[in-house]
Amino acid sequence: MAMKTEHELHKRRFSRNMGVGLLLVGFVVIIFGLTVVKVKQLGAIQGFDHVVRPELIAPQEGEADK
Amino acid sequence: MTDATIIDAEYEAQFGDYFALLKPRVMSLVVFTAFVGLMVAPVQVHPIIGFCAVLFIAVGAGASGALNMWWDADIDAVMSRTARRPIPAGKVSAQDALSLGLALSGFSVVMLGLATNLLAAGLLAFTIFFYAVVYSMWLKRSTPQNIVIGGAAGAFPPAIGWVAATGSVSLEAVLMFALIFMWTPPHFWALALFLRKDYNNAGVPMLTVTHGRKVTRQHILVYTLLLAPLAVWLGFTQIGGPVYLTVAVLANGWFVKGAYDIWRRDENMAEADKYRTEKSFFQFSLLYLFLHFLALLADASLRAVGFL
Repeated sequence: MAMKTEHELHKRRFSRNMGVGLLLVGFVVIIFGLTVVKVKQLGAIQGFDHVVRPELIAPQEGEADK
Repeated sequence: MTDATIIDAEYEAQFGDYFALLKPRVMSLVVFTAFVGLMVAPVQVHPIIGFCAVLFIAVGAGASGALNMWWDADIDAVMSRTARRPIPAGKVSAQDALSLGLALSGFSVVMLGLATNLLAAGLLAFTIFFYAVVYSMWLKRSTPQNIVIGGAAGAFPPAIGWVAATGSVSLEAVLMFALIFMWTPPHFWALALFLRKDYNNAGVPMLTVTHGRKVTRQHILVYTLLLAPLAVWLGFTQIGGPVYLTVAVLANGWFVKGAYDIWRRDENMAEADKYRTEKSFFQFSLLYLFLHFLALLADASLRAVGFL
């Protein structure tokens, strides 16, 4: 038996399936674009992790004089 | 179930049939006015966010269109102007229209909120509610002022566009709303004057039917006289400019003259020339709105390139 049988329903529903498929692809593109824009508008983000970030270390006593 | 809602078992609803439920022609007007509302706002909006805002406003408007078609399928079936809509034509079931309308309503409001701000999303939700429930369900079949109320729903998109950009409602947003709101009654009543049979058959209480055509002519004149100063006033706000003021003065002059001509005529005169004045007034009314918003866009562009 063929794995894929062409049913008459597939033909009748082709325009709907195609339309819904394209809409979903479009939606993904839009959400992705929106996300990129929104994240960029947040300003500079420090993307590194697991490395020493000197500005986060609280100044030690007496260090401020240096 | 009436005859009109029986679905032909052989027919498979196509993608275009669902799209037709969203009233594409109304949607194109919404896209245009919302776009102008967004562009004239004195705030820089990122193009992608602006595009998304207009898209979701349009989807919201489409959703309310689908809800309206679900609710009004019975009267759409008896009016020749609307008999070929998907539900009365038997292409889409009323249940499908309801589902699509509700789903897209929620979708558009949430997405507009995420893309821009909650006030814009709230306004969109209110617009959908207003059109689908207040207008379609409560008022359309019960009062001859239905057109006036329904006009409010159509008047929201430029204000939503403005709020999406600025985050708040201001005089300019209110005046853009007022422009479409006050324009709608003369526009539709002019149509009702020469399309009377349709509304009679459907039993929708149009002013022409309930209060007579003479009163309708008076109403057209009164609303047009109220509209004109509002339209010109918008030209003196920060979004107005020389292009808009010129267009507003000329277009409103023509519009008031047309309304005055309609008011002076009686049915015999109108029958004699087959409603020529009413028809040209109606056709001009479409151009009227388009020109006003185009002029706003023109002034905004002039400001953007530093001419003003």
